Amino acid sequence: MQKKEKTKKVIRGSDSVAEAVRVCKPKVIASYPITPQTIIVERLAEMVANGEIEGEFINVESEHSALSVLIGASAVGARTYTATTSQGLALMHEVLFNASGMRLPIVMTAVNRALSAPLNIWNDYQDSVAQKDTGWIQLYAEDSQEVADLTIQAYKIAENKKVLLPVMVCMDAFILTHTYEPVEIFDQELVSAFLPPFKPDVVLDPKNPKTFGAYADPNFYTEFRYMQQMAMENAIKEIKKVAMEFKETFGRYYGDLIDTYPLENAEFEDSEVILITMGSLVGTIKDTIDELREDGIKVGLLKIRALRPFPKEEIYSALKNINKIAVLEKDVSIGLNEGTLFTEIKSALYGESKNITGFILGLGGRDIPKDTIKDIVSLVQRAKDLKEDKETHWIDLRRELL
Amino acid sequence: MKLTPGAVAEAGSTKINKTGSWRNFKPIFISEKCTKCGICSMYCPEFVIILNENCARTDYDYCKGCGICAEECPKGAIKLILEEK
Repeated sequence: MQKKEKTKKVIRGSDSVAEAVRVCKPKVIASYPITPQTIIVERLAEMVANGEIEGEFINVESEHSALSVLIGASAVGARTYTATTSQGLALMHEVLFNASGMRLPIVMTAVNRALSAPLNIWNDYQDSVAQKDTGWIQLYAEDSQEVADLTIQAYKIAENKKVLLPVMVCMDAFILTHTYEPVEIFDQELVSAFLPPFKPDVVLDPKNPKTFGAYADPNFYTEFRYMQQMAMENAIKEIKKVAMEFKETFGRYYGDLIDTYPLENAEFEDSEVILITMGSLVGTIKDTIDELREDGIKVGLLKIRALRPFPKEEIYSALKNINKIAVLEKDVSIGLNEGTLFTEIKSALYGESKNITGFILGLGGRDIPKDTIKDIVSLVQRAKDLKEDKETHWIDLRRELL
Repeated sequence: MKLTPGAVAEAGSTKINKTGSWRNFKPIFISEKCTKCGICSMYCPEFVIILNENCARTDYDYCKGCGICAEECPKGAIKLILEEK
């Protein structure tokens, strides 16, 4: 396909998401405003009011209703969109299972914000990580351009007939939603060619009545769950394929289920320490890696783009020759004293004798400066070759307050 | 039979599942007391009570025996009896 002239604008991450949603031509948007997702839905409401989106914006009384509305709309055959965060995502919890169980390709932007109590509106990943078992595909973006691009890719992945699963595109509260960055604006023709209209095989239609998400007794329930798992496995292939197709059409690529840094594979493979993370922290880590490598410290990054489906095999082969691994994340499973990503990385590397350490940091929006990353690297460097005393470290913990 | 993704079934499948079998208490309609006011029919959460010429009656294939009709009947025309199976 011929590449058109590119237009860049300096806009907020939220604006870039709204722009991406607009060119995907959703027919039904239902959302309930909540900080810091508000800008996204305000922009979309304006676009619908101005006729830039030929669809319905449905005002609802809660996030529970927002997703319920979209389940109906998606079953009718409409392309659908919603956005939420934190408490709103928590309120959607039971409906998330219905959307994935009914195999409806709804796309949602999950703005990652900490959960109450104590009340906190800033960024961490506890909200979406807590929803990892709901049967939704979860993709995490590094910057404003990637979150926009992922939104378009999300529809293509979700609507694939071998997948048919809802997708959560996750972006950091404030760090991405409210920050101005140069973002390439989409060309409608290119997007329409990349993303054909949504045409499901079965739709809700009074002329040809059907029951969606019917009753399944113990004779059938297991098989429906297994089919969801099969769809997730198909999604692994589809996420890779769509990332490549996107690169061919738009010229941008961020990896598929995972990505590695430094970009030169030989340099990555030669790393003494690999840091693993997701979301906007990736950018900070890349900068830190550049500085550390100038000082001769061989550090690399494994970026997780897909938490579900979880790319076990891809992670295993990327880390084959790496011995020291640090997982940095903004969530914690209280009672296990591990971040979820840390637990799952360990499960992906089961049986391997590697030194893997978990770092919990940046909770409730606490800043993660480059020096913190450097401290983590030197901590991991100093760790004994196999077992470390402590598996999980809470970074920058203010012990004087305890 | 093959399962459809998303558990999509042909319409009307709930009719096959005769939920009357869940019932423990069976409502009995006493035609002498019934005035056909229709209150029982309005309150029935299963929408299975209809009014015939003489009296209200329910569809025992789907009546789950919740007893709301008997509770609401102003004439005491509906009695619940323990159904032994």
